[in-house]
Amino acid sequence: MAHPLTQCIIKLHEEHHKLEDYQGGVPRWCSGCGDNAILAAVQRLCRDENLSPERTVFVSGIGCSSRFPHYMKTYGFHGIHGRAFPIAQGVKFARPDLHVFVNTGDGDCCSIGAAHWIHAIRYNMNITVILHDNHVYGLTKKQASPTSPVGLKSNTTPRGSVLEALNPLTVTLGVQNVSFVAQGVDWIPELLYDIVSKAFHHRGFSFIRIIQRCPEFLPKMFEPWLHDPGKTLLLTHPKGLNPSADLARTYKNQREHDPLDIHKAREIASSEDPIPVGILYQNPEVPCYEDLRGAGRPRTAETIRRGLEAEFDKFTIWPDAQPGRQAA
Amino acid sequence: MTDTAVLDRKADTANAASSDKAARILREHIVEVISDSGEGAQRCGQSLAAIAARSGNGIWTVEIIPAEIQPPARSVAGASGIRIRIGTHEVTNGGDETDLVVAFNEQVLLGRVRAGELKPGATILLESMWAESKDPTIVRSYADTLKALQDGGFRVIEVPLERECRLLVADPRKGKNMFVLGMLLSIYSLELKLGREQIALTFGKKDQKVIDANVKLLDAGFTWAEANLDFKYAIPAQRRAEPHVVMNGNTAIALGVLASGMDICAMYPITPATSASHYLSDCFERVGGIVHQAEDEIAACAFAIGASYAGRVAVTITSGPGYSLKQEGIGLAVMAEIPLVIVNVQRGGPSTGQPTKVEQGDLLTAIYGSHGDAPKVVMAVSGIEDCFYAMITARKIAETFNMVVVVLSDASLATAQAPFKRPHFSPDWLAAPVDQSPLPVGAKPYDWDNVTGITRRFVPGQPGGMHTVTGLAHDRMSKVAYDPAINEEGLRARSLKLAALQKTLRTPPVFGDPEGDLLVVGWGSTQGVIEEAVQRLRDEGVKVSSLHMRFIQPLPSGIGDILRRFRRVIAIEGAWGDRLEDELIDSENRRYTPLAMMLRSRFLVDVDCWSEARGQPIKPGIVVKVLREQLAKGK
Repeated sequence: MAHPLTQCIIKLHEEHHKLEDYQGGVPRWCSGCGDNAILAAVQRLCRDENLSPERTVFVSGIGCSSRFPHYMKTYGFHGIHGRAFPIAQGVKFARPDLHVFVNTGDGDCCSIGAAHWIHAIRYNMNITVILHDNHVYGLTKKQASPTSPVGLKSNTTPRGSVLEALNPLTVTLGVQNVSFVAQGVDWIPELLYDIVSKAFHHRGFSFIRIIQRCPEFLPKMFEPWLHDPGKTLLLTHPKGLNPSADLARTYKNQREHDPLDIHKAREIASSEDPIPVGILYQNPEVPCYEDLRGAGRPRTAETIRRGLEAEFDKFTIWPDAQPGRQAA
Repeated sequence: MTDTAVLDRKADTANAASSDKAARILREHIVEVISDSGEGAQRCGQSLAAIAARSGNGIWTVEIIPAEIQPPARSVAGASGIRIRIGTHEVTNGGDETDLVVAFNEQVLLGRVRAGELKPGATILLESMWAESKDPTIVRSYADTLKALQDGGFRVIEVPLERECRLLVADPRKGKNMFVLGMLLSIYSLELKLGREQIALTFGKKDQKVIDANVKLLDAGFTWAEANLDFKYAIPAQRRAEPHVVMNGNTAIALGVLASGMDICAMYPITPATSASHYLSDCFERVGGIVHQAEDEIAACAFAIGASYAGRVAVTITSGPGYSLKQEGIGLAVMAEIPLVIVNVQRGGPSTGQPTKVEQGDLLTAIYGSHGDAPKVVMAVSGIEDCFYAMITARKIAETFNMVVVVLSDASLATAQAPFKRPHFSPDWLAAPVDQSPLPVGAKPYDWDNVTGITRRFVPGQPGGMHTVTGLAHDRMSKVAYDPAINEEGLRARSLKLAALQKTLRTPPVFGDPEGDLLVVGWGSTQGVIEEAVQRLRDEGVKVSSLHMRFIQPLPSGIGDILRRFRRVIAIEGAWGDRLEDELIDSENRRYTPLAMMLRSRFLVDVDCWSEARGQPIKPGIVVKVLREQLAKGK
């Protein structure tokens, strides 16, 4: 979106960026952590889309996944626990010209930040959101998260967690104004890339849940899915994913699903096993909050002065209008 | 302003009044209009205040607000209304007791009488319809109250408001207030024409029929008072040579936001702050600004931080409970050095406290709030005009120092109306455009200046400035750092910025002589009250002065010297402080009021304190009494 006040530099030549232009610090995640796969997919996306690093901002909360911005070479905002969404909204609202991404985890988004998550869906701002869902708190050393399966033994649930897991897909699909919901898994990088790319190109709040492994605290959690491709439900559609022939041969459990069909999306979303992978829902018609509110409109000292004087006029006592002056 | 001008005005006023009643000339008068909620007493009073101000009088209004939206009718607790203090000279506070009250029923009046808000012998104009009620309990209550008030020495005049208004409109509940306005214009020898103009202004957006009906009621009230009341007052006015604006503190804050060049206000509804956002919502978009109503207070703060980070300075406006919720966000903005302006329109606390009532209880929270060492700037507005200019100053400081600036207002300033000189717009008030110029190779996002701690702000979009801001301890490259020396480096720089700002602040002026027997210190909305009290005593020859703080964090230089030039120092605050008359309280365990505590610790001066946290503005007469006692102690 054009932003006259901030686009003061005219670039006369197109810059081309390499992968290194997006690679920040060396990730400090554990080896085998699903976050690494997500980082690789996102850096590839930035290169392929030739995103200008200075006009790209990654916003995160707190948790393992929220270290993400530090490993990019763009602008980044490593915020506070649960508040990545409102921070990212503020950034996007003030500067619709920036590409804004949010990296959040299952604790950050679905627990402490749950209120913001619901409302972020409603606002439908043009932000790409990646929920790194490993079903456990990692940075604080193994506590149950809202997406932990019932019975999970952790440091706060030594006899097994007692509540059913929250399903981030059904929650997101249940909120009015939802415009994009997809699911990926860290162990199928090709699809992960396709999903991130689809999300990036969607104008609106693009919500991707990525199921990822935590080799440190839940090393065996997803083994059955890794060993049996039939436990993955591949969602295909001309408007959704079109997996390569190779992938299609491996993942034979497929279903054609029109991303515009929210009812089927909700039904598919509720499946825990097999894990659906692909675009569950995409509605390009949902308006974005920043457009509805006219964010980023140019203003000048003159418009402000005129506005202010008009307001002052409503409250002004003019010397001439005072009764005492009439005699003069 | 010369005395001649005052006399001119007096003559004009006398001419304006058509009646042959001689108007008694007064220097000032305090009038209240009180009713059940929804009967329009506040609109009536606000209109009277505006008309008096337009006539050249000094005015100050204090709203009397019940906590509930629809409190039960005819209840002592449901009193809704307004006090207007009208004077010849500038009026800076609501004053002491009321001289004249118009009450729509005897119950709401009783609330004010029991609270001691009426001057002995005050004039009461009381709606008389209750004497003819079909409900015998109401008839009895009315008769009993009437008698009690008369026995109590009040001058009660029964006014058939309902009967007179019914002659003109079907539902007098919706029109009595304009009838009363007409009466008050007659009583105070104000021009009826101004009343009509005020109605046109107030109901400008509505149907002409609505305006006509209200004007009819206004005229009727004026005529009724001319014919039926045997008294009349005139408060001489001073002609204002320059245009003035009349508004309340929250409106002034909203206009200050607009004038400061800030263009995003993120908020969540909370009493008594919300009206500032209401007003901004109405006018902000016309100049390209936007009010964002977030899902909660935390989100409002985080949204503002995100917007500021992206190159602007955003503002978030809140009150006590909301301010508590924002603490984590404030800490983030301090740590990441993101400029942010936060307005806290204080109300009674702790917890939900007294949402509609005034208190100055948030000073220490504002200074020390958020965990760890989180230095931030704290300013307190002291009047309506200050509400406007403080926002411009706050934005500038926030952006110059990359700091959080907290502006403390309170529930009394929020709704109090007073005139001030119409500001002349200056482009200097506005923020510079968002910097998008490339940064030199090797530029560090936290290149803290060794002396001032200030660092250049990097804004997304600037080539060469890419980095990740973080609430974690970080080095000059904004890299997460666990090195003990680096942690101290950041703490030092963020703290130094306060000192750098402090060096630019002027010592506040002393009101009165620079030395004497007693110095009164205060902050925020009490300035007018304290200075009025000090002036009354000074007029008697007492050696008392006062000092009012606008900047409290940092405190400007020179304060300690001023304190030491007086034999005694006392802080007067609208916040809780332990009282020595309580059996367990002594000089060791006494919790002093916030400002007293700060001054004691900062300057090692034995600052005493007196405070009141009754939910109402402190009265100048009470301050006079307190200061007399304090002076007596010193002898």
